[in-house]
Amino acid sequence: METGTSRVKRGMAEMQKGGVIMDVMNAEQAKIAEAAGATAVMALERVPSDIRAAGGVARMADPTIVEEVMKVVSIPVMAKSRIGHFVEAKVLESLGVDYLDESEVLTPADEVFHIDKWDFTVPFVCGAKDLGEALRRIGEGASMIRTKGEPGTGNIVEAVRHMRQINGQIRKVQNMSKDELYAEAKNLGVNYDLLLEVQQLGKLPVVNFAAGGVATPADAALMMHLGADGVFVGSGIFKSEYPEKFARAIVEATTHFRDYKLIAEVSKNLGAPMKGIEISSLKPSERMSDRGW
Amino acid sequence: MKVGVLALQGAVTEHIRSIELAGVEAVAVKKIEELADVQGLIIPGGESTTIGKLMRKYGFIEAIRNFSAAGKPIFGTCAGLIVLAKRIEGQDEAHLALMDITVARNAFGRQRESFETDLEIKGIDESVRAVFIRAPLITSVGNQVEILSTYQDEIVTARQGHLLVSSYHPELTDDYRLHQYFVDMIRAYQGSMS
Repeated sequence: METGTSRVKRGMAEMQKGGVIMDVMNAEQAKIAEAAGATAVMALERVPSDIRAAGGVARMADPTIVEEVMKVVSIPVMAKSRIGHFVEAKVLESLGVDYLDESEVLTPADEVFHIDKWDFTVPFVCGAKDLGEALRRIGEGASMIRTKGEPGTGNIVEAVRHMRQINGQIRKVQNMSKDELYAEAKNLGVNYDLLLEVQQLGKLPVVNFAAGGVATPADAALMMHLGADGVFVGSGIFKSEYPEKFARAIVEATTHFRDYKLIAEVSKNLGAPMKGIEISSLKPSERMSDRGW
Repeated sequence: MKVGVLALQGAVTEHIRSIELAGVEAVAVKKIEELADVQGLIIPGGESTTIGKLMRKYGFIEAIRNFSAAGKPIFGTCAGLIVLAKRIEGQDEAHLALMDITVARNAFGRQRESFETDLEIKGIDESVRAVFIRAPLITSVGNQVEILSTYQDEIVTARQGHLLVSSYHPELTDDYRLHQYFVDMIRAYQGSMS
């Protein structure tokens, strides 16, 4: 019997496919998310849009919140640690969290090194803007990738950019000869064997979700069309007018992303979605997607 | 022959691949009408609460009960096992309630307790590598149910006539023998029809 193997960690992410993972800040929200059909919840002290508004240093959530959420739902519970902050990650693992997110939404704790994720029994998800970042995180032991997008903006444009970038680069790699592949591994700063695996599979060797700006059911469906295996919704749900209805609508649009009539139906009378932010109005220092490398 | 994989949420492509490795065509099933084109159905791993809700929402409860009543084989893995069970511990309501078993969800613990191991399965010659992810257990079975394998004295594979369940994920390895076993069940059903 072996725990924490690649198959067990990556397999856990496979079971999330076609699903919606929702940010929650307390037990009550976690129950709403589970009842709406979320496949997992991300336990946080503040959602990304509140982190933006508050400014200052954003850290791991208070363990009380994480435990409270774990107590009330039967679906998996995820939690975020700062980039490079392996002690936060170990603390969350000790609480029994099911999946860790080494996340750019929090203020990075290390500007050189990401966490050695092979050193954990619990699997990690990490953000990526392009194929190089995705494969570097997988090389460090990540078992799941998500686009970075631009969290807390309610603006899908960055998530679209990152998903198109990763999948476009994969298509390019598929047509490369062996000598080109060696050079590309060097260009991307990634392990050659991992890049070879991508060429053979025609996709990342782990599940790839969309995250960072999903604010409507149509946004979720758009990301599924662009090749996402599933969707993270952060501020979008509990910053909308009717979270419960909104959460259910996003779940249905993700499952039936090709059924436009159904998406129209679930999008009716949803009330106001979260107020969005135009990306170009953000100062470079406010861009979370530039954190990590 | 065509095998359907219920594609509301979960590890759908892995099952399609495993069925194809067994030399049979497999398709994703998202709408109840699509059940008419398949002779066997796999309910995959995923989150049973999510899959159960979407099944109710889109009329799959009745449609799959009818599918089963016609004797067509169904194979549930992990969440699929939970969805097929008549009784779920700690919950008042079951989903399809087709198979005479009682299940305990997340019976081995949280993700850090998830594991893989070699498993002996009745009807399959050599052991199978079984991947257990926040897996359920079968805590009791009715007298129509045949126990096909146990792990540490707990029931993890079972069959009741045309229904097959495993609490682990055979679709996460390249070993397709349990899928082959299911394909043989469908062949036997087709043979009995002709």
